[in-house]
Amino acid sequence: MDRVIVCVKPVPDPKDWDRLRLDPVTKTLVREGIGSVINPLDKHALEAALEIKDAQGAEVVILSMAPPAAQPVLREALALGADRAVLLSDPAFAGSDTLATSRILAAAIRRLGPFDLICCGNYTLDGSTAQVPSQLAELLRIPNIMHVSKMELKEEKELIVTQKIEQGYMRLEAEPPLLLSFTKEANKPRFSSFLEILAAEKRELAIWTNGDLNLKESLIGLTGSPTQMADLLVRQKGRQGLRLEGDPEEIARLLVDKIHQMGLI
Amino acid sequence: MDFKLSEREELLRKSTREFAESEITPRIEAMEETGEFPLDLLKPMAKLGITGIIAPPEYGGVGLGYLARTIVLEELGRVCAAMPMSMQVHHMAIAALNDFGTEEQKKKYIPPLAAGETMGCVAVTEPSGGSDVLGMQATAVLKDDKWIINGRKCFITNSHTSNFWVVIARTGEGPKGLSAFLVEKDAPGAKQGRKEHKFGLRGSNTGELVLDNCEVPKENILGQEGGGLGVALKTVSESGRTGMAATALGILQSIYEEAGKFASERVLYGKPIAALQAISFYMAEIYTELDICRLLCYRASWMKDQNLRFDAESAMAKSYTCDAAARCAKKAIEIHGAYGIMKEYKVQRLLRDAMVTISAGGTGEIGKVVLGRAALAPFQKK
Ligand SMILES: Cc1cc2nc3c(=O)[nH]c(=O)nc-3n(C[C@H](O)[C@H](O)[C@H](O)COP(=O)(O)OP(=O)(O)OC[C@H]3O[C@@H](n4cnc5c(N)ncnc54)[C@H](O)[C@@H]3O)c2cc1C
Repeated sequence: MDRVIVCVKPVPDPKDWDRLRLDPVTKTLVREGIGSVINPLDKHALEAALEIKDAQGAEVVILSMAPPAAQPVLREALALGADRAVLLSDPAFAGSDTLATSRILAAAIRRLGPFDLICCGNYTLDGSTAQVPSQLAELLRIPNIMHVSKMELKEEKELIVTQKIEQGYMRLEAEPPLLLSFTKEANKPRFSSFLEILAAEKRELAIWTNGDLNLKESLIGLTGSPTQMADLLVRQKGRQGLRLEGDPEEIARLLVDKIHQMGLI
Repeated sequence: MDFKLSEREELLRKSTREFAESEITPRIEAMEETGEFPLDLLKPMAKLGITGIIAPPEYGGVGLGYLARTIVLEELGRVCAAMPMSMQVHHMAIAALNDFGTEEQKKKYIPPLAAGETMGCVAVTEPSGGSDVLGMQATAVLKDDKWIINGRKCFITNSHTSNFWVVIARTGEGPKGLSAFLVEKDAPGAKQGRKEHKFGLRGSNTGELVLDNCEVPKENILGQEGGGLGVALKTVSESGRTGMAATALGILQSIYEEAGKFASERVLYGKPIAALQAISFYMAEIYTELDICRLLCYRASWMKDQNLRFDAESAMAKSYTCDAAARCAKKAIEIHGAYGIMKEYKVQRLLRDAMVTISAGGTGEIGKVVLGRAALAPFQKK
């Protein structure tokens, strides 16, 4: 294969999750002092791409839509062995839902030119919708295999992909162009070797704005997003006490009524 | 003045931390039990770049400097201090070769060390006393085309995991009567003696090397004949003390994390004990010591990278950090109450490990001898 594109999203570091708060007014995550990491499943997607690079010398391109502050996260992806990275960053992209995000990624991929494979994580830790990979494949009119738990290279342009399905696994033969989204069973991501960290300093990290993609404003950002968040609530955990009084029969009846009332049965 | 680490240094830290947490953590229990260094981790560490971090690229190394090395050793030490202990001595062997070796010696010995095919060690200390280097009794005599070495070296890190040793022995009288040699493990008369059973840094191998009419080829002298004291002092002061300091710094970071976690989770009188002023003061002290030590360690390594003379600064970083780690480990154990001395809790290991760093690489007192000299130098009359 000649080119493998890996879509990467920076997400809040899971180690800092107990410090994450929701702003009660703006309903956004307060990310101050919270580190960013490569979405853990995206590391498996990157590892798959790097295995193809190791075996066939494919160029591995990182693609990420994120604010400019995400650059260190992309540098880390380069230090894992990717050849170059493109950060899609523009105030016009802010507020994009999964569809608008997929449109932006698709436009960037078209601009990059020919590719063999797109590797994604199966879902992100923060959004967890798992919608972007399929929407992206649809927009690019290429097949898409989700829940990939194993990828084997057969020929130069042929893959055997194991897909996790509800009752077990399915082995599929697949040929590029293709989009795969990976689960954590797929491989063990490598660590950045010090030599790669040094080499990554010379690798290109480009920033593309909407000036490069020329997408209509009605298709991107908040206005281009059909999903509108109505409200965001923090799950309240706790116990409610209720004391039922009366003789045993009465209490039992009250209890049954209460259970019905709460819709538990 | 710029105290900010570069993106490169942050990435080195992150990568080492991920490696240590995922690959070294599962091995700690076995290290504690057996006292053996996990040799099979050598290759993965080489792949990451740890074994060859300061070796020049032309000899298969990464070619990074001492600040980078300190950060990497610190991160290893945060997870398990036995690892950076072993690695820093391994680096000492590489540094000795790189600073004093001939082109042939460098070409022959540095690449396998950088690639983690074997470990290296530096043998100075003898049973007659480590601080009194000049009192050493091992001898080397040139006979025909071979050096015949006789003597016994003790407390040598990586003694039983190294295929070749840098050995200092006497070739004449006085300070100019010491020379350094490269001894291969399989040389006639080279033997590994007893393995020590330490109460801390358990996973780092320490033991005896015995040279019993040991024969090494004439060309295996490292540096000039009579230059052995220079080899020992430069290697111990530069890579040894900064390495020991970085190991203790990692322990101190871990002490801070363990103490902070426990103080925030342990509830007494309806509140985490962190809310008690006495405990928060302990935390404040540990926090401050950690910062002092980090600045001392980074400065000493930075000075090495700038080619500045830094023997006082490396002694300061070493003796202060090792001692602070032990002091703070005691406080962290006190914060833990009885839990602190239970084997299930990490803090007890941190105290044991910290204690072992104090005499290794030059005792605290010897550190002060160096520093006392530096402190008084401006007042000495010519
Ligand atoms: C874990 C570990 C690993 C080691 N690894 C190595 C290694 O790889 N290679 C190697 O060569 N050695 C190694 N050593 C040995 C180490 O360098 C010596 O332990 C150290 O130099 C002290 O020597 P000693 O133990 O013989 O103590 P001694 O020199 O006998 O000292 C005893 C006491 O006297 C004090 N003292 C000595 N001289 C003075 C003075 N002038 N002024 C004030 N106080 C003084 C000391 O500080 C100490 O408190 C290692 C030691 C340990 C614990």
